Amino acid sequence: MKQSAEHPEPFESAPAAASNPGSGIDYRLFLDCVHCGLCTAACPTYVETGNENDGPRGRIYLMRSVTDGRLELTQEVRRHLELCLDCRACETACPSGVQYGKLIEPFRVAMEATGGGGEKSHDWFHRWILFRLFPYPERMRAAIAPARWAQFLRLERLVESLGLLNLLPPRLRQLVRMLPPLGKPEPALPEFLPAIGPRRARVALFTGCVGDAIFRPTNWATARVLQQNGCDVIVPRNQACCGAIHFHAGSSEPARDFADRNVNAFDCDDVDAIIVNVAGCGAMLKDYAHHWHDPRQDAREKFARKVKDINEFLDQLGLIPPEGAIRLTATYHDACHLGHAQKLREAPRRLLAKIPGLVLKDLPETDLCCGAAGTYNLTEPEMSARLSQRKLKNILTTGARVVITANAGCLLQIAREARCQGEKLWVAHTIDLLDLSYRREQPPL
Amino acid sequence: MISSALLPIADELRRVVGGENVLAAHSDLVVYECDGFVIEKNCPDVVVFPRSTEDVAAIVKICNRYDVPFLPRGAGTSLAGGCLPVGGGVMIVLTRMKQILEINLRDRYAIVQPGVVNLWLTNALKGTGYHYAPDPSSQGACTIGGNVATNSGGPHTLKYGVTVNHTLGIEGVMTDGSIVEFGGPSEDSPGLDLTGTLVGSEGTLVVVTKVWVRLTRNPEGVRTMLGVFDSADDATNSISAIIGAGIIPAALEMMDQGILVAVEAAFHFGFPPDAKAILLIEVDGLEAGLDAQRDRIVELCLQCGAREVRQARDAAERLLLWKCRKQAFGAVGRLSPSYCTQDGVVPRTKLPYILRRIGQIGEKHGVRIVNVFHAGDGNIHPILLFDERDPAQIERVLEASGEILDECIACGGSVTGEHGIGVEKISFMRKLFNDDDLAAMTRLRVAFNPDNRLSPAKMLPTAGACGMEQKHPGRRAAL
Repeated sequence: MKQSAEHPEPFESAPAAASNPGSGIDYRLFLDCVHCGLCTAACPTYVETGNENDGPRGRIYLMRSVTDGRLELTQEVRRHLELCLDCRACETACPSGVQYGKLIEPFRVAMEATGGGGEKSHDWFHRWILFRLFPYPERMRAAIAPARWAQFLRLERLVESLGLLNLLPPRLRQLVRMLPPLGKPEPALPEFLPAIGPRRARVALFTGCVGDAIFRPTNWATARVLQQNGCDVIVPRNQACCGAIHFHAGSSEPARDFADRNVNAFDCDDVDAIIVNVAGCGAMLKDYAHHWHDPRQDAREKFARKVKDINEFLDQLGLIPPEGAIRLTATYHDACHLGHAQKLREAPRRLLAKIPGLVLKDLPETDLCCGAAGTYNLTEPEMSARLSQRKLKNILTTGARVVITANAGCLLQIAREARCQGEKLWVAHTIDLLDLSYRREQPPL
Repeated sequence: MISSALLPIADELRRVVGGENVLAAHSDLVVYECDGFVIEKNCPDVVVFPRSTEDVAAIVKICNRYDVPFLPRGAGTSLAGGCLPVGGGVMIVLTRMKQILEINLRDRYAIVQPGVVNLWLTNALKGTGYHYAPDPSSQGACTIGGNVATNSGGPHTLKYGVTVNHTLGIEGVMTDGSIVEFGGPSEDSPGLDLTGTLVGSEGTLVVVTKVWVRLTRNPEGVRTMLGVFDSADDATNSISAIIGAGIIPAALEMMDQGILVAVEAAFHFGFPPDAKAILLIEVDGLEAGLDAQRDRIVELCLQCGAREVRQARDAAERLLLWKCRKQAFGAVGRLSPSYCTQDGVVPRTKLPYILRRIGQIGEKHGVRIVNVFHAGDGNIHPILLFDERDPAQIERVLEASGEILDECIACGGSVTGEHGIGVEKISFMRKLFNDDDLAAMTRLRVAFNPDNRLSPAKMLPTAGACGMEQKHPGRRAAL
């Protein structure tokens, strides 16, 4: 697949100094880019700003220029690289097979490590909220408990109308507004759920961190759908956050610790697959094999090979068709980390097509990022808002009142945008709909 | 680094368009030092993003007052250095003028701003039964403004024509800052056909700020065929046979064995690995009669020695076939770390000859060359494979490229089918045209662009400075 792996390196390029953020990057990855520019219009930030510095070709050029030592890593350069959503739409568009993720991710990690402006990893929001709260489901659950109560008592509208939220720092305010209706707290999943009917597979379920705190009902739905499809479901107790929050913010070491905790928590030999229902986590888990080079790399690679997105797994296993009709018009949004990073576009659509009565409308610009992009909506609120407004506008043109997607971030982002604009939309995971259909229930519209 | 003389101009531009629409820091300008042609590079001094035609007019007037060069840029996908800011100055980037202003199906036109991406227009027309016909392989990224500048083609222009055939009118800012409309939504406006003059002028006459484009009814039916050949000559002879029989296919594309290997590795279509060439042939139009055309084409190809000719099984196979063709250049990355695509034209009947010559030239210089091209209109795209870090290879590729293009001229063809002259091929202009030809073109340019501040050193060689000396084998990517 990769030309740089296939071709020998007869002509050496001058190595960058160790302090240069590009020094750890295989230089051949830069050479894969032939500067044709076909990626530009696929990039959400470029489409919004029209500035080539905010497009993939431009960002590669900036990184390469810094690596070559012909450009300083100025504050402007940092901003253009930070503004990247890491949605990987450019990889889908690139005919040359440039592995953009393998350039921008390590570059940003090194950019943080080398300091300079470097506020990201040091500011309070990253230290306390993103790094110490989000990755820990039990802490998250405790933190959102007051919000759950406030919602139960209908206090949140009062808080909003009194302007009390404005007392919070902007990013915390953004965070509070992201919270969906939380509903009753659900119990944790048991460690084992048996297959219903003849057993077809034995799988382990990755439940995630923020996901398990906010989307536990979807985790339950995932387990039930797997059971319905003849799978024994194991829910390992000692699993941890996938590490993506840290890794994408440029903090590699804590991410590696999380990865190793997960590798230890899941018994790869005991299961046919490790199932993940959040596209962002899935892309990270599948990337465990090549993020770090150390003696534990083989174990991580073995783990990564077992990881399957729930859509991918059910599609390959062959879905036992659900029978409950859901007579609704829906549209499907391609989550970047499912469509671009994992190249899974048809599988979720094929699954949804098996739900009796469901009509699926094409969404214009379906593969353009909604602006959630992990924690991007919290760290880059302005660009994020532009993209979520664009997404909602596209959704409304379809006339659908149900939006289906397979990633936690997109679910929150699109639902929040709809709430803010007073649009009644039900935003759900593929699995939520399948589960309803198996249970012959209707969505809460 | 912005030269101190230009600091006031950046400030003045900021006053006109706002600070968020001006880039003047060196680190923000570096990405604008080249486009899809990466051999020559030069930073603009200022990049400005106009929001309206009036902005463009104001910017042009400021450039005149400070006597600095200026040039337009769209998506920056030019393969000939059309967006290279020779001499620095102000780069007018039109990507923030990206509105589709009107779609009028009954009168079959649309009005778009220059920064609209070609494919956005076709996407906006989905479901209406119409489309915008010129479909360059870069259509997902390139802008209508850039298409007008280079008179872009594409696989389907064999039947439907190139950009000039689909441009009804242009609004442009003249080099003195006045705003002029050329043509418009109705056909055949009286007076000189200046719309036709502006299309393909590579940004040397006006800055295009609005385009009236023709919309084309979607064909009722399509038949897409794949022909497999045991020799390149049989394939190229089939091309002439088909056109000679009076059939104008919607598209007629050829790929040779060298490129097929890469395409197959990328897209897994199932091309026979031992095929020496394949033809992708598409006919469209009224449903009635299409099957007869298809059968005639099959017959002609078999007469020319085709091993197999068959219709695409279904819509999915047709799409995959087109993906293989349109993204073939990208797949070349699998064959070689660098490549240079040439863009030449020969009369169709000379295709067998020029392909043989290309093979010989490659052998003579020790350069591997593969071919994928718009066979129907004789527009060849030989791809020369090399490693850009080896100066000796670069030298050989340069020589081979020059020989191929000279051969195209000798065949009665030309050195560019669709990518334009830009800065890359400016030295060939004297081989293509005599002094009187060039003088006539220069007089026209002077009429529009008397001080030569707009896109200087592009397309037409100027006395004493006939382009840049080429030290590198042209672009590595092409479409």
